[in-house]
Amino acid sequence: MGSHSAGLEETLGVLPSLLFCKMLRFFKRPLVVTADINLNLVALTGLGLLTRLWQLCYPRAVVFDEVYYGQYISFYMKRMFFLDDSGPPFGHMLLALGGYLGGFDGNFLWNRIGAENSLITQSRLMLLESLLIFFNLLAVLSYLKFFNSQKHSPFSPHWWLWLMLTGVSCSCAIGIKYMGIFTYLLVLSIAAVHAWNLIGDQTLSNICVFGHVIARAVALLVIPAFLYLLFFYVHLMLLYRSGPHDQIMSSAFQASLEGGLARITQGQPLEVAFGSQVTLRNVFGKPLPCWLHSHKNTYPMIYENGRGSSHQQQVTCYPFKDINNWWIIKDPGRHQLVVNNPPRPVRHGDIIQLVHGMTTRLLNTHDVAAPLSPHSQEVSCYIDYNISMPAQNLWKLDIVNRESSQDTWKTILSEVRFVHVNTSAVLKLSGAHLPDWGFRQLEVVGEKSRGPHESMAWNVEEHRYGTSQEQKERELELHSPTQVDISKNLSFMARFSEVQWKMLTLKNEDSEHKYSSTPLEWVTLDTNIAYWLHPRTSAQIHLLGNIVIWVSASLATVAYTLLFFWYLLRRRRSICDLPEDAWSHWVLAGALGTGGWALNYLPFFLMERTLFLYHYLPALTFQILLLPIVLQHVSDHLCRSQLQRNVFSALVVAWYSSACHVSNMLRPLTYGDTSLSPGELQALRWKDSWDILIRKY
Amino acid sequence: MLYASGRFLAARAATTLHAPPRARGPALRGKRRELQIPGHLETPSYDSLTGLRTRSSAPPARRVVLRKGRMPPAIGSSHAGSELRLRRGRCAPQASRAGGRDKVPQVAARSLKRPAWSSWRFETAGWWATLAVVTLLSFATRFHRLDQPAHICWDETHFGKMGSYYINRTFFFDVHPPLGKMLIGLAGYLTGYDGTFLFQKPGDSYEHHNYMGMRGFCAFLGSWLIPFAYLTVLDLSKSFPAALLTAALLTFDTGCLTLSQYILLDPILMFFIMAAMLSMVKYNSCANRPFSAPWWFWLSLTGINLAGALGVKFVGLFIILQVGLNTISDLWYLFGDLSLSLVTVGKHLTARILCLIVLPLVLYMTIFAVHVMILNKSGPGDGFFSSAFQARLSGNSLHNASVPEHLAYGSVITVKNLRMAIGYLHSHRHLYPEGIGALQQQVTTYLHKDYNNLWIIKKHNSNTDPLDPSFPVEFVRHGDIIRLEHKETTRNLHSHYHEAPLTRKHLQVTGYGINGTGDSNDFWRIEVVNRKFGNRIKVLRSRIRFIHLVTGCVLGSSGKILPKWGWEQLEVTCTPYLKETANSIWNIEEHINPKLPNISLDVLQPSFSEILLESHMVMIWGNNGLKPKDNEFTSKPWHWPINYQGLHFSGANDTDFRVYLLGNPVVWWLNLVSIALYLLSGSTIAIALQRGVQLPAELEGLTRVLLRGGGQLLLGWMLHYFPFFLMGRILYFHHYFPAMLFSTMLTGVLWDTLLRLCAWGLASSPLGSRIHVMGILSLLLATAYSFYLFHPLAYGMIGPLAQEPESPMAGLRWLESWDF
Repeated sequence: MGSHSAGLEETLGVLPSLLFCKMLRFFKRPLVVTADINLNLVALTGLGLLTRLWQLCYPRAVVFDEVYYGQYISFYMKRMFFLDDSGPPFGHMLLALGGYLGGFDGNFLWNRIGAENSLITQSRLMLLESLLIFFNLLAVLSYLKFFNSQKHSPFSPHWWLWLMLTGVSCSCAIGIKYMGIFTYLLVLSIAAVHAWNLIGDQTLSNICVFGHVIARAVALLVIPAFLYLLFFYVHLMLLYRSGPHDQIMSSAFQASLEGGLARITQGQPLEVAFGSQVTLRNVFGKPLPCWLHSHKNTYPMIYENGRGSSHQQQVTCYPFKDINNWWIIKDPGRHQLVVNNPPRPVRHGDIIQLVHGMTTRLLNTHDVAAPLSPHSQEVSCYIDYNISMPAQNLWKLDIVNRESSQDTWKTILSEVRFVHVNTSAVLKLSGAHLPDWGFRQLEVVGEKSRGPHESMAWNVEEHRYGTSQEQKERELELHSPTQVDISKNLSFMARFSEVQWKMLTLKNEDSEHKYSSTPLEWVTLDTNIAYWLHPRTSAQIHLLGNIVIWVSASLATVAYTLLFFWYLLRRRRSICDLPEDAWSHWVLAGALGTGGWALNYLPFFLMERTLFLYHYLPALTFQILLLPIVLQHVSDHLCRSQLQRNVFSALVVAWYSSACHVSNMLRPLTYGDTSLSPGELQALRWKDSWDILIRKY
Repeated sequence: MLYASGRFLAARAATTLHAPPRARGPALRGKRRELQIPGHLETPSYDSLTGLRTRSSAPPARRVVLRKGRMPPAIGSSHAGSELRLRRGRCAPQASRAGGRDKVPQVAARSLKRPAWSSWRFETAGWWATLAVVTLLSFATRFHRLDQPAHICWDETHFGKMGSYYINRTFFFDVHPPLGKMLIGLAGYLTGYDGTFLFQKPGDSYEHHNYMGMRGFCAFLGSWLIPFAYLTVLDLSKSFPAALLTAALLTFDTGCLTLSQYILLDPILMFFIMAAMLSMVKYNSCANRPFSAPWWFWLSLTGINLAGALGVKFVGLFIILQVGLNTISDLWYLFGDLSLSLVTVGKHLTARILCLIVLPLVLYMTIFAVHVMILNKSGPGDGFFSSAFQARLSGNSLHNASVPEHLAYGSVITVKNLRMAIGYLHSHRHLYPEGIGALQQQVTTYLHKDYNNLWIIKKHNSNTDPLDPSFPVEFVRHGDIIRLEHKETTRNLHSHYHEAPLTRKHLQVTGYGINGTGDSNDFWRIEVVNRKFGNRIKVLRSRIRFIHLVTGCVLGSSGKILPKWGWEQLEVTCTPYLKETANSIWNIEEHINPKLPNISLDVLQPSFSEILLESHMVMIWGNNGLKPKDNEFTSKPWHWPINYQGLHFSGANDTDFRVYLLGNPVVWWLNLVSIALYLLSGSTIAIALQRGVQLPAELEGLTRVLLRGGGQLLLGWMLHYFPFFLMGRILYFHHYFPAMLFSTMLTGVLWDTLLRLCAWGLASSPLGSRIHVMGILSLLLATAYSFYLFHPLAYGMIGPLAQEPESPMAGLRWLESWDF
């Protein structure tokens, strides 16, 4: 079923090789295959399609990360909201579109893993990398096209087309994975350098230069930003139902989704009044989203480490909906727990008391060390033991996101802090889990403010006006669902910024993975990823590069760098080895190839997340781009005699055929179509660090 | 473990995890004089144009040739020049101005807006007098009420304590390199502090202990920042008002003042950073006299100060980077100067390598050598270091111990994890609780020395006693299959396909069997990291791994603390991921084998380079460990330039003596505005020049100062600020202060230049002649007045908090986030 959307992926996966070829045309005539360029292009496209589409329907099981992406697509089909921190939604949507066109109805459960080869492997399977690489290359290609037309026909339709396409494909690349931003930066910086030279061109009029700069700014800055927003707009428009990641989002966001929280909060009164019954959700919600909670159990008299407590009723934060999460807002000056008619709304700066609904005890804090955070104050529901420990249960309401100092406290929308009147401590979620006596719920403390933090902010989630004066009635009332009306929808920008923020800050558990690797291992291909193993035979699919190509691409980068600096230094001493034209091509090619590689590779050294070999593939494509350029350069400029040139061509052919040979040898691991014997597999394990699965019989 | 990490978090630091120092030197300008003679009177517009584009200032005659040979304006030259363009430096302005002192009046006379320093002598006298006033004022503000408060303030508790450690010669561990603390210790020692004060926590009174020596030393270094900034700006802009403005902004900044008055690393760090910047600027202006005595002096002084900065905190790397970029662009310029022979260029290169790479490196290593030489007694830092390292420290149980060198079958050993603060492989007579893996004996790691840490190493296939004198000694070799028997309980180290108690993806490790008889799950292959098969295994020095034979997993400790049932010791697992991490590498520490001769551990003492490497590994690991907690408020880099929130140095309540580290908001917000203005005016001028606009001769000098001098300062600010955005460690407000120094210098240069530009623009109106003087004077007065308002922040305040109307600071809480 999944193979339909994989089909789309395939087609896109083929395109890189096509783009590749086109791009090379800018630098040189193809060197190895000396056929006509157009013929060459067709042949390469055909070859690309063939290698990528070969036995596409196989295997018919879920492979590796397809688990996740497949799941996400199902969510699109069912319009359920989800949140993925790996990247913006465009890629997912594209896959979903493929699935949709192919008739995939979203009811397949993606939770069973069936148990230059790397680019083939990657683009055959339904993962995002090939899409990313496609748009990366498209961006670079269209920029080159644009740059070429700049010389003779600026502002022609052709010129506009390629310029716009650059911007669009950059934003698509970013829209697929945040990694795309590296290619965007590459294109931007090259464009900036070109624009700077344009400014220095005194043959152009000021108006003309201004036009050029504005056109570039619009195409490369405004359009990508706009498209990026558009992706999210479509994403949020498609996903209007509540889904599995609701809990991570704020109450306001959840309330804007169909089903889920909205079902409960729909029709709640907006303004919190004295006598309101509310549940209070912590805005920060880490490590878990939770609600302010209390229950009959008290703090243990003496903790395990010998410290004492107040032995009053526990106050915690509880990650599940519960009857004990209900609190009543009380005016300290009055005794009633019901809402007046008309209701008296609570405003910023009002002094309030919080009454726990089920136990009618008052929220209290005092100068006693909290159980797990001894530097903060313990928060309890006050029990009078008559031991000269007075009640300190007055709290000042501080609305964090108020618009004026007279603002009223609003359900869902207001983020409030409770500042303790006696000690000026603030009610806060400390993030620690209480031990068994606290049922592993989260600790709530009073902290003397060191600075504003979201873990101190709370918002009302469920809300109703209390009407029962008697405790028994009130308990019944607490059990009954909320009623009344008013619903609030968030604006798109508010929803977008929340989703964006959560995506950027969502921390994944630092999960160790069997096939995770470090950036240093990528260059030398010391690692691989086993994607799939046939349930019975030893047929398997690995992400494994063609080692000949990897090594020669790296060598080409080194050779380029050395040659570049050699030429550069000599030019500085006014010795020009290359004609101007060749030199500027050489520099542009290097800026794209080496620059693209470095930008897509080096940042990984700074990242602390779990990394995989496939993260290197975009960088690799740029590196491979450099390979023919260097070969061509060596043949054109460094081989001085015809003999040398012929020898060099022969070497290139030898190299090329060895690459083909290696590719062929690794074919079983790329396509997973043949089952090899343990001996054959052992023979394919060229590096000790490669993890090839060998069955023990 | 808990205790250790607590102590750790307390240690604050400001550093980076960047690669080790890659010293690049600053550089100089080549044979300037030869070029100058025909060149320095060339028309300014011509010079600026070409100078900006190609950075070449060869004489005009050669220019034509050069232009022909110039690279096309396409990517090539722009690429090559991009980093240069960042700080397209000082060559021309300094060349034309600093070319000789006697030329200055001439220039001044031509540029109508410069104050007319009529004679050379008057100028010199004025020069010294201003410098003296600036220095005196700086010292006066820094030493005023230095003894207040007479209790520990903020991080004095760490750095004062570490100074005491040097005086007492006890070994400790800190995430910063040692120079700063060594100097503090030295200052204390020289002024009669005996190292007996405990420095337990902020707020503790010093009583009779002499703390003034250490505070005085920090204040002394902190006071020099202002003269240094003054001289740097003077050299970059050649303008007294700019330098004066900078000096005033820094003198009257409450933040700089506060930070300079206590026993902290920051005044020392900033001293070296500013000194390095000043020497770099100075040797840049000596560029027309290469290889002269002052040239050598400033060049080597730059190197020395770089070593100093790096020796105090790793933040010193940023100034090294700045000097390095300056040097590269210098060399690039010299290399392109075809009038210089390659030999001369080679000489320039060598001089810089010597002074800016070799010299700092030697000094930096000397600092460490002195550090390890002084600290020769066992102390609180022992546990962070490897067994071999600890053997150096007198008082440590490994000191002067003698053990058999090579591991043999039958030896009784303790096995220590290579990662810091994990401890020894341990087992005890308690089983894993029901429901957590197999019901077998627990295996953990434990930080303290204990009988339960002892294991006997045995052959996997025989249970005979290898210590029987009738058997010959058989050494354990790399790759051998062995069994580890727990000495106290006679159970074997064992692993199997059950998930580990906390790390679910790993396998459980247990003690299994009785009297050494178990099953094949007790077999482990012992491997030495990076060794060949058959090598013997050395006590302490060999780094070994234990690979479980049946499952192929590796013995390691996850570093997670087990619950109550595991006595809060650390979890030991067998990890199926074969990556080499310190968690899964071990070494043999104690070793008892009566059949082998004991040799003194002194033989095993690590070499200096190993000590150096290990110290750095531990420091980097320590820095990585300083992670902010999720649910705590932490200072973010974007808070800093806007002076969002300060730090409590002393006291928080209305009855306390309060000192609050907060920048003078007038100075800081002026700095913020200045950066924006600078970017605006700088890019406008750069674009105008690129478009080939011909500036009037008067403006030439001003734009050059703005672009080149200002550019260097802007680069300094960026280098000392932006890297913090990438750091994962916990950050504090005071990390911004080195960047703030650069930003203040930029402010001085910018306002002076802008006011001169205004004066030039308004030259016809009567306002024009006075606007520059008035502008500078009003800025000076505004700064001084704001200092008068905010000085209690630094000198201390008592009484109600600022939000109360009766507070002396009432009305000054301009941001709600300030809590003083």
